[in-house]
Amino acid sequence: MVKEEKEIANRPDNTAFTQQRLPAWQPMLSAGIVIPGFVLIGLAFIGIGVALFVTSRSITVLEIDYTGIEKDSACFKCSNTDVKNCVCNLVFSIDSLFEGPVFFYYGLSNYFQNYRKYAASRDDEQLSGDLDAFTAPSDSCSPYDYNSNDKPIVPCGAIANSMFNDTFVLYRVVNGANKLVPLDGKGIAWWTDYNVKFRNPSVTPLKNAFNNTVKPIFWPNPAYQLDASDPANNGFINQDFLVWMRRAALPDFRKLYRRIADGEYAKGLPAGNYSLTIAYNYPVQSFDGRKKVVFSNVSWMGGKNEFLGIAYLVVGSLCVLMSIVMLIVYAKFKFPEED
Amino acid sequence: MLRRTLNRWLGRDERRVDSRSICVGHRSSSNNEAFIPPKFCDNRIVSSKYTVWNFLPKNLFEQFRRIANFYFLIIFLVQVIVDTPTSPVTSGLPLFFVITVTAIKQGYEDWLRHKADNEVNKYPVTVLEQGRRVRKESEKIKVGDVLEVDEDETFPCDLILLQSSRDDDTCFVTTASLDGESNHKTHYTVPDTEKDLESLNATIECEQPQPDLYKFVGRMHIYKADQEPAVRSLGPENLLLKGSTLKNTQTICGVAIYTGMETKMALNYQGKSQKRSAVEKSINAFLLVYLCILVSKALVCTTLKYVWQNKPGQDEPWYNEKTQREKDTNLYLKMFTDFLSFMVLFNFIIPVSMYVTVEMQKFLGSFFITWDKDFFDPEIKEGALVNTSDLNEELGQVEYVFTDKTGTLTQNNMEFIECCIDGFQYKYQDAGTDLDGFCVTDGPANKVQHKAGREKEELFLRALCLCHTVQVKESPEQGQGQRDGLMDQVDGLGVDGEGLHPPPQEQRGFIASSPDEVALVKGAMRYGFTFLGFESKTMKILTRDNDVERYELLHVLNFDPVRRRMSVIVRSKSGDTLLFCKGADSSIFPRVRQEEVERIRMNVERNATEGYRTLCVAYKYLNAEEYAQADAGLREARLALQDREEKLMAVYNQVETGMSLIGATAVEDRLQEEAAETMEALQGAGMKVWVLTGDKMETAKSTCYACRLFQRNTELLELTVRTLEDGGRRREERLHELLVEYHKKAVQDAPPVKAGVTRAWSSANHDYGFIIDGATLSMVLNSSSESNSSRYKNLFLQICQNCTSVLCCRMAPLQKAQIVKMVKNSKGSPITLSIGDGANDVSMILEAHVGIGIKGKEGRQAVRNSDYAIPKLKHLKKLLLAHGHLYYVRIAHLVQYFFYKNLCFILPQFLYQFFCGYSQQPLYDAAYLTMYNICFTSMPILAYSLLEQHICMEVLLDNATLYRGIAKNGMLRWGPFFYWTLLGVFHGLLFFFGVRYLFGNPALQDNGQVFGNWSYGTIVFTVLVFTVTLKLALDTRHWTWINHFVIWGSLAFYVFFSFFWGGIIWPFLKQQRLYFVFANMLSSVSAWLVIILLILLSLLPEILLVVFRKPRGPHAGQITPVTPLTYKHLKDRQ
Repeated sequence: MVKEEKEIANRPDNTAFTQQRLPAWQPMLSAGIVIPGFVLIGLAFIGIGVALFVTSRSITVLEIDYTGIEKDSACFKCSNTDVKNCVCNLVFSIDSLFEGPVFFYYGLSNYFQNYRKYAASRDDEQLSGDLDAFTAPSDSCSPYDYNSNDKPIVPCGAIANSMFNDTFVLYRVVNGANKLVPLDGKGIAWWTDYNVKFRNPSVTPLKNAFNNTVKPIFWPNPAYQLDASDPANNGFINQDFLVWMRRAALPDFRKLYRRIADGEYAKGLPAGNYSLTIAYNYPVQSFDGRKKVVFSNVSWMGGKNEFLGIAYLVVGSLCVLMSIVMLIVYAKFKFPEED
Repeated sequence: MLRRTLNRWLGRDERRVDSRSICVGHRSSSNNEAFIPPKFCDNRIVSSKYTVWNFLPKNLFEQFRRIANFYFLIIFLVQVIVDTPTSPVTSGLPLFFVITVTAIKQGYEDWLRHKADNEVNKYPVTVLEQGRRVRKESEKIKVGDVLEVDEDETFPCDLILLQSSRDDDTCFVTTASLDGESNHKTHYTVPDTEKDLESLNATIECEQPQPDLYKFVGRMHIYKADQEPAVRSLGPENLLLKGSTLKNTQTICGVAIYTGMETKMALNYQGKSQKRSAVEKSINAFLLVYLCILVSKALVCTTLKYVWQNKPGQDEPWYNEKTQREKDTNLYLKMFTDFLSFMVLFNFIIPVSMYVTVEMQKFLGSFFITWDKDFFDPEIKEGALVNTSDLNEELGQVEYVFTDKTGTLTQNNMEFIECCIDGFQYKYQDAGTDLDGFCVTDGPANKVQHKAGREKEELFLRALCLCHTVQVKESPEQGQGQRDGLMDQVDGLGVDGEGLHPPPQEQRGFIASSPDEVALVKGAMRYGFTFLGFESKTMKILTRDNDVERYELLHVLNFDPVRRRMSVIVRSKSGDTLLFCKGADSSIFPRVRQEEVERIRMNVERNATEGYRTLCVAYKYLNAEEYAQADAGLREARLALQDREEKLMAVYNQVETGMSLIGATAVEDRLQEEAAETMEALQGAGMKVWVLTGDKMETAKSTCYACRLFQRNTELLELTVRTLEDGGRRREERLHELLVEYHKKAVQDAPPVKAGVTRAWSSANHDYGFIIDGATLSMVLNSSSESNSSRYKNLFLQICQNCTSVLCCRMAPLQKAQIVKMVKNSKGSPITLSIGDGANDVSMILEAHVGIGIKGKEGRQAVRNSDYAIPKLKHLKKLLLAHGHLYYVRIAHLVQYFFYKNLCFILPQFLYQFFCGYSQQPLYDAAYLTMYNICFTSMPILAYSLLEQHICMEVLLDNATLYRGIAKNGMLRWGPFFYWTLLGVFHGLLFFFGVRYLFGNPALQDNGQVFGNWSYGTIVFTVLVFTVTLKLALDTRHWTWINHFVIWGSLAFYVFFSFFWGGIIWPFLKQQRLYFVFANMLSSVSAWLVIILLILLSLLPEILLVVFRKPRGPHAGQITPVTPLTYKHLKDRQ
């Protein structure tokens, strides 16, 4: 009796797991699966690629550099940093209807928003409306945390300080007269940034929250006066501010400035001449930067991007090609696995 | 350890180092000068490494001694001290995880050791103190205490036996837990000690503790009132070892001489040296490559950073001014910190979790060996045993198998086959077939006289009955009655013409240290001479005339492997003193008269070629003078404290001369089950099998033929004493000549054989087998001149490597290890495996890369020193061909995959530096950096490395050749490594630049909003996690539900985690970088499309490769598992 028990105790369990005999699916990639698979994938990719390519082609983009380095540029006069409050006029024409809704971007190049020190130079607690952080900005903001008089800067940090401050006004030139094109500054920032991540302190009026603090050095106006036209669009939930605070991934980037979707321009910008009045404030020459404005409409895939369509087409055709090659190879070897 | 060293050091202060003196019962004798009792360690056994207090520091210290852990600690410290791009948490958390897992594992193991220690240390023992019996805990025993031990108790420390309850002053013990020998061993009390222990006044002088279980020398001084102190010698027969158990004896008393960590058992348990597997060496090499990649990456980035910053406007643009402190820092210091920062940023390329995963894989994976029911042997009711899990994969890499013969290839289950008395052959045949039980078959051909004289016969049988150390097992139910019964059943020799009854004595229990002896005693019994047992130094035998003869046993000249013989000196009733000797022919023949030898040699040699073990039996009469001389010599040698062994040997050699040869015996040792099939499979798998045995050449050769190691067409190259003496020239010259000749034959003339092609394929080729014996081997290895020695060694090795099998016979244990070592260190350092079952195989088991013990009959010493133990030789096939192969493939894939996945993890981060002004900006969020290796990609590879069966076990077992596919570390050589590295680079480039071109226009949503840098990183990371996981899925050939669960589970977990991580404003985080980034990414069609595109594009080349690389050739069909395993198949198989 005891012996039997001992034997049972010592005998290894005869289960599928311990004996490494778990039922298993053993897929084999054979030509029979791979060739049709490749054809299917290839065709699907070509289909998507064509759709992407066509869509991308249908997107109109108008890109104008206004840095003003070239002498013939309209903003050449402003490229001299000594000139303050310089305004320049950029005139351009559209040949056919620029289908709407049209998105108005500004672009910067050779501008490193992804610098590590720069990227860290912000205080999210401050930006979420924490008044304690107003008086004592985070160390990460240094050297943009206190001004020379040891007053805390709100919003602190390099990102906020370097906020893009060129402003644009678009006119449509109709019979020699400038007709203002309304620009919509709402909904240009992420919904979650606007509603959750960034908060103004719950102090009314907003101005009082900023007592004993100073505006960022580079800013002409304090945070609560960012948008004179719309009192709700001030402080940390100013849409332009939000757009700027979402740092670009690459040194050549564009950021959404306005949408042209109101009234008669909802269908797009009609053909004709336009004039863009630029308040030229943002210096980029010191680091060889470039500034541009971009008008573009978007599709389901976002802005114009030929890469995706071409990539899909190439990969799709490669798949089909490979399946043909495989077919030939296997025809020659008479499908060895089926012997 | 420390205590012991301290003790030893203290001891050195007080007295001579090489002996210790002990007062029995702590009674110092009056006529001894003031005796300071020396301090000895207490009887506590400490096998645990840690205590509660020192666990943390000691364990941490030991863990950080590992180079990898230390590296990560340094990285962590750099992160804490220097301003680095990633927070210390990113590398601290994985390190903490790894350290904790290891610490828990080691802590658990130590807890088990503590438990075992306590069980031993708290065991109650009885101590005699001033005539009273006191119960004490075992750990309180001090050296000099007199202990009382009852039957079936184990001895709590090493004792000198003073008193036994048996009449004959002996006691029986088994040392099963020490060396596994389950036979009863007799130990003797110190002669002439007083019965009354109370009044015993004695001191013991003995050597300092040493680990050899079978060696002990000491002296006991007994002081009696008004008498000269008596001196008694003490030997191993007086010493009861801790760990052995008292048997067949009611109670004994003994004095403790070695306690605690100084007992022979404790000294023997000091750990073996760590064996490292070849895979680990590969890992370290790869690690070095990756370390170079890491450093060069950091160097490139640092250099480019400063080159780039030299351009005007780039160093400090107005929007990103430096702090005052940064401006003040020294340029070179800045460069150095930048370098460190880059190192930290890219340090993930060295996979921190790989070590812990490898360790876990090995630990968990080894369970499959213990769990395998095919290794379960119903006879001994045990399965396989894994002593170390570090070498699992080495089982798949074996190139040389060194096997013992006796007990490994053969069963060590001896059966008496025949004997030869005075040149006449006697063969025992089954009852009924022949009236003559003891019939004579073709003896010396055509002699008129067919049998040796009756006296010779009887002398021979008496010798068999007397010359041994066998004991009769005493079983309580078999008493006197049985013995009476025996008398009736015993038959005489066939000469009497009586019919032979089936011998019932077979079931009579004999206990002996060697199965040969039992076989011989049983053989003698079949011919009518029964050994009845001892009766206080008297041996009783029952002759075929049913007389009980008594012989006084005077001396036993024990067997040892050097002499290869044993003798007894007995005195018969008539007063004759006789010496009986039995031993190997080579050791007996020189000691007997030559004319006798010639008559018997032929028989012995014939028996040997038939595969039997032969022993020769000789005797001589000792006259009173001779005996007195021998007796004195033996006693003196036994008393010697120094060089006792040598002195004994000298006396033995002196006594065992001038004997007359009576006859020889042949005992068959049957082959193990499936020994031949196993050997064939191993050879088919490309392994070279070497048989290393202490046995004679003829026997070993016949075993080799039986095991199909040598085949009919095998040409044998013999290099033995016999061939050396052939030419009649000096041995050295002949050796040289033969070596050169064989080398020419086997190496130079042989067509260049590619690795992997063997005899199954190339039967046309000549097949060589090599035979060498111990004496010749030592000539080869220790040749007189230095230059010759290395040359011979080389020649010898080259010949051996070109032979399919090599047989080394007449090997001493140490020579076995020498051979293993020589092969191990030869060119290409092949992986060696030793398999054996006995104590004589321990040295080669320890020497080889993998040591395998067989749970055989020769005790457990081989098992204890092995890395793996299996019940039978036939299990070796599955262990190597199935388990080893799978383990190797699994771990190799694991290692390669780990390096690959970390390379394509870090490469995009490196490339990103070119786009962020070399500012060490991480591409991925800290959470992703931290979790990548611990959570997102760890489980699938672990499951893969435990469960994968790229070829199912049955196929692996049927096609031994598959084993060659992975030989020579095939999956971890530089070729595959570069392939994986290239794959990693390809994937990394693809991930980064794919997304980079997508971000040519960052407006990726249909509402025109743009994505920022964290979206960029998240897209890359998502592609990365999916690609590396699916890449593994593509490599998985064996999808159990566990694989499905972890692969799809990991991906689901990643998605879930990303939602969760980005879905909440985390209260304690300074930066909410990833807030809604993942959700936003998923709302963009372009992001989806690019993710799908990149994943597919990364995997397509792999799929193509798999299809085109599909195995072709004769075995392709078998390799491809045709039918998926289903439950139905499973049932069929069971």
